Amino acid sequence: MKVVVVIPAYNEENTIGKVIQNLNKKNYNNIIVVDDGSSDSSYEVAKNEGAIVYKHCINRGLGGALNTGISAALLEDADIIVTFDADLQHNPNDIKKVMKPVLDGEVDVAIGNRISKGMPLTRRIGNIGLDLVTYLLFGIYVNDTQSGLRVFSREAAEELDLRTNRMEISSEIIKEIKDKNLRLKSVPIKPIYTDYSLSKGNSVFGGFKILYKLIIRRIMD
Amino acid sequence: MEYLLLQIIALVFVAFVLSRIILRYKKDKFTFRETLFWAILWILVGIVVVLPGFMSFLAKILGVGRGVDVIIYLGLILLFYLNFKSTVRMEKIEQDISKVVKEITLRKK
Repeated sequence: MKVVVVIPAYNEENTIGKVIQNLNKKNYNNIIVVDDGSSDSSYEVAKNEGAIVYKHCINRGLGGALNTGISAALLEDADIIVTFDADLQHNPNDIKKVMKPVLDGEVDVAIGNRISKGMPLTRRIGNIGLDLVTYLLFGIYVNDTQSGLRVFSREAAEELDLRTNRMEISSEIIKEIKDKNLRLKSVPIKPIYTDYSLSKGNSVFGGFKILYKLIIRRIMD
Repeated sequence: MEYLLLQIIALVFVAFVLSRIILRYKKDKFTFRETLFWAILWILVGIVVVLPGFMSFLAKILGVGRGVDVIIYLGLILLFYLNFKSTVRMEKIEQDISKVVKEITLRKK
């Protein structure tokens, strides 16, 4: 079983090195970093840590980076694809927990649900709001649609048809899971919130932008 | 006729726009559908300029106060529609750019 961890990164030179080291310590050695046109030295830092690094020539947003990363992982013959955030908010120990139902063949996709444990209240409201938006637009309710820790089986990853560019990708993935009749499980994880990871997350304004983009995505179908 | 001077200026403008539309079509910059859409729109503008009473007549049928109001309402609807169309088209272009960037990135590594 080849497990490939995909990390989208945009100007994360301060944390990306540590994220890769932490993953290596837990024996996740197949790591693909997609540097989404960073202006800092994220690319060099990730390369020095021994990750496979792809660099976008221009910034395309989280969606573009994840899409490139997942395709790259498939090219690397991954059996299991894990997406992981570059801001140190995930605990590498949680991968095992989230991966288990996929490994057992119980589901095709699993998502780490941060909401029940340790998410600050304002974030929780915003995230539940986006979960509701995802439900209203695409007809599937999932806890913590916006979580960056996801595990896909190879077959599931091959089925995904992802088109959006930015933060709206997280909800688009949920839409694809529903449209392709993939089995999904949400597994509780404990996020590590620091001032840094909080500053990297979505603002209220960002939330409304996601809503707007998702409505357009819905119309374009 | 107090309107006459304004009408002449407006008509000249309409004729100018129509000539531009036809020119663009001849140069293959507009598809037939686009040409038809814009030509019909501007011909309607021309008709309204020549027969201002037509808008008042339309206003009465629609139950709107004045002829000018009808133009404003229709104009708003049209603007919203065009804005919507270009938003969707822009999103499509954005997605296509990402596709291209992805292809280049995966090829280079």
